[in-house]
Amino acid sequence: VSFAGHHHPKPMSDLEARAAAIESLLVEKGVITSEQVDAVIEIFQKDLGPMNGATVVARAWVDPGYKQRLLSDGTAAIRELGFGGVEGENMRVLENTGAVHNVVVCTLCSCYPWPVLGLPPNWYKDFAYRSRMVREPRAVLAEMGLDLAEDIELRVWDSSAEIRYMVLPERPEGTGGLTEGELAQLVTRDGMVGVAAV
Amino acid sequence: VTTDLALDGAPRKNGELVFDEPWQARAFGIAIAVTENRDLAWDDFRHHLMASVGDAPERPYWESWLAALETWLAEIEMVQQLAPPGATR
Repeated sequence: VSFAGHHHPKPMSDLEARAAAIESLLVEKGVITSEQVDAVIEIFQKDLGPMNGATVVARAWVDPGYKQRLLSDGTAAIRELGFGGVEGENMRVLENTGAVHNVVVCTLCSCYPWPVLGLPPNWYKDFAYRSRMVREPRAVLAEMGLDLAEDIELRVWDSSAEIRYMVLPERPEGTGGLTEGELAQLVTRDGMVGVAAV
Repeated sequence: VTTDLALDGAPRKNGELVFDEPWQARAFGIAIAVTENRDLAWDDFRHHLMASVGDAPERPYWESWLAALETWLAEIEMVQQLAPPGATR
């Protein structure tokens, strides 16, 4: 695409131009407004993110009844704390234990539980992660800094179908005196995807 | 924006910046906004995204997203003029 003769301070890339063309056509047709698009972006950048998932994990660590509900019906238990919506309609929570470690991938695209984790990080969407995590998960985890003992069973969950997975990490040792809010601060996004320990 | 997507509460830290460039955020927001306004299932778009990623697995993610947006909107006949020849399925 040539922008010769245009007066953009910085020439628009082809990709920018395509996105802008779509938006202006849809606005012109009255399908969407630009303000609505602004609002959606704002929500995903500010309100949806791993802190929601961390809240869920911390509650499960301190409340055995909640943990049980979370593992048996993830969607409902997460909704109890006020989180839900698109890409979170069918949640399954996977418990890490001393014997089992869970890790989540989407082999076909980028399926990810938005209400509890926000939008996926770049590495999650990369071809390398999507293809290798099913073929050689231990090697990928080791490269990401998580060395799993040989006797720990590793389960890899593919989110491509309807279900969205979130990992419930093990509560770290020596955290008995912490409040729920302090515990939530310990929980990381990578821990809830299963590529890191907490 | 429907309350289905909105959550109450103070701004929270969101792991990392998920959009490298503003057009990526626009392409993302457009897909959500059209889905909401036309009362479509998110899966409608997601299936186009899967196909788009599958067509060119090593293409940068947001470029695949943009291509999926174009074929999806063409399929639901909202912006026919954007569809490259042969892009509709």
